Amino acid sequence: MVKVLIVDDHRLFRSGVRAELGPQIEVVGEAEDVESAVTAIESLKPDVVLLDVHMPGGGGQEVLRRVLGSGSAVRFLALSVSDAAEDVIGVIRGGARGYVTKTISGRELTDAIVRVSDGDAVFSPRLAGFVLDAFASTEAPSIDPELDSLTTREREVLRLIARGYAYKEIAKELFISVKTVETHVSSVLRKLQLSNRHELSRWATARRLV
Amino acid sequence: MHFCPCTCDDAREMSETPTIPEAYPRLVRPLRGRLVAGVAQGAAAQLRLDPVVLRLAFVLLTVLDGLGLLAYAALWLFTSNEQSEGEPPGRDWGQIAAYAVLGMALTAFGWLTGASTGGIGTWSIALGGIGTLILWQQAEPDRRQRWMTGAVRQVRRSWVRAGIGLLLIVTGATGFLASQGQLNQVPPQLLFTGVVAGGMVLIAAPWLAALWKELQKERRERIRQEERAEMAAHVHDSVLHTLTLIQRNANDPFEVTRLARSQERELRNWLYQPKADADATMAAAVRRVAAEIEDEHGVPIEIVCVGDCDLHDGLRAMLQAVRQAMVNAAKYAEAPVISVYTEVEPEEVTVFVRDRGKGFNMDEVPDDRMGIRQSIIGRMERHGGSARVKTEPGEGTEVMLTMKREQS
Repeated sequence: MVKVLIVDDHRLFRSGVRAELGPQIEVVGEAEDVESAVTAIESLKPDVVLLDVHMPGGGGQEVLRRVLGSGSAVRFLALSVSDAAEDVIGVIRGGARGYVTKTISGRELTDAIVRVSDGDAVFSPRLAGFVLDAFASTEAPSIDPELDSLTTREREVLRLIARGYAYKEIAKELFISVKTVETHVSSVLRKLQLSNRHELSRWATARRLV
Repeated sequence: MHFCPCTCDDAREMSETPTIPEAYPRLVRPLRGRLVAGVAQGAAAQLRLDPVVLRLAFVLLTVLDGLGLLAYAALWLFTSNEQSEGEPPGRDWGQIAAYAVLGMALTAFGWLTGASTGGIGTWSIALGGIGTLILWQQAEPDRRQRWMTGAVRQVRRSWVRAGIGLLLIVTGATGFLASQGQLNQVPPQLLFTGVVAGGMVLIAAPWLAALWKELQKERRERIRQEERAEMAAHVHDSVLHTLTLIQRNANDPFEVTRLARSQERELRNWLYQPKADADATMAAAVRRVAAEIEDEHGVPIEIVCVGDCDLHDGLRAMLQAVRQAMVNAAKYAEAPVISVYTEVEPEEVTVFVRDRGKGFNMDEVPDDRMGIRQSIIGRMERHGGSARVKTEPGEGTEVMLTMKREQS
């Protein structure tokens, strides 16, 4: 059982998610703003927090800052209707291990939660597209070549995610194991979070796209 | 006025304020009976004087260093025409000629006697006066009231400043008058003019600054109100409209989904999309085509675009093929969602259209089926691109399209 806390300021949405999640998931609580989220994470100790990006009191990024700043090991999966590049890149850089949109089906969301609780990363097609765009869009010299560019394999995996492939389908397409696909995606997530390339943030702000 | 199905009030009507007759109307230039631009007539109506008095005053001031002309131009620039319908009535050219002759005669007289040179002092006073006059007449009556009381308070609050200012003006004016007699001593004359101006600035500065701040505040407030009105109008025309339609079609799930989806797309565009020409670039064009197919068939299409470029003929043909691939997926695949991925690379553009639907057997597609062979593969090859279809029964379908970019 994966213990999940749902953080969202819309009550209807919280109960909708609760109803849709599969039997592997146990919802241990709900929170509706930054304050109650931080308190609930401390007291309930969930494995995964489903985090809304836009909330009163600073939004998901503020929750990430306060919880991860205090050294907590809880994992976050961001969930949003926004899909704007600056929001997506913002929460990922803030420490979330994945980003999915609220249109995701209950089964896919369950899979994503399990994956995040295992320490892997979850990329929606759009997030994959953003990453490809952000890492491709510059010829500027990089500070750390290892962190500042994607390998050919990582690029292939991201491209397939952007094309709408599930991890299992990607593994089949590239003749690798699902575990290897997960490793590639986690490695991209690490680069996304640690790369010092300021173009990344600038790109996200400049590109206010859906 | 368009047909409005909602029961709510029209947002735009709410944003209008009722007009009440003003005790002190703002200066407007009437069209009827004007000679040049109606400035004198408008100002006369404002001051409740005969227009002839003001016209003479303008002519006289014009003779004095052209100040009348300047004031006239400034007032013309900063006032609006009176609202009126129909053809503007003609002007009385005879009167214009009379004023012009009068003006020229006075100018000639002024030159001959040397009486029309007023020095720098007159200029600064005149400019300041005209500026204040313009600010004054632009303001609403209650605002004028506030400025007046504000000015009085300013003066009361700083007796020292006002005292020094007055002292400076008196000193300057005395010195100015005293030096008038000795025309050869120009420097002291300039100095005293400066002293007068300094005194006036000292007294008026805080008041003028407050006035300016007030004007800026009013301007910002107005912009904010306009934005709010625009937002209300937009929400009314789009979201409320769609919600009404959804309620009416509550028993038709296909129509409800279609309406909700198209409204979502429209709202996203409005919120996040930079206002760009929808057909100028590849990514925008793919989004537009997908939106049309979504509307027609009610199947959501998820679009991811990486990079972007301008369209050329090859890419336009590619768009047609992309459209056909989307139509096929929407019509036959029975998939809940279609994924479209567009990638623009330096050399070529690639588009993938994928669904997780029924799939089909490529070999069993009859030769005369236009959809895939002609509209997709044939079209791409004619324009120097390529198309590949990957499908199997039960495995979904993916169409891959590639087109070289035209280097310009």
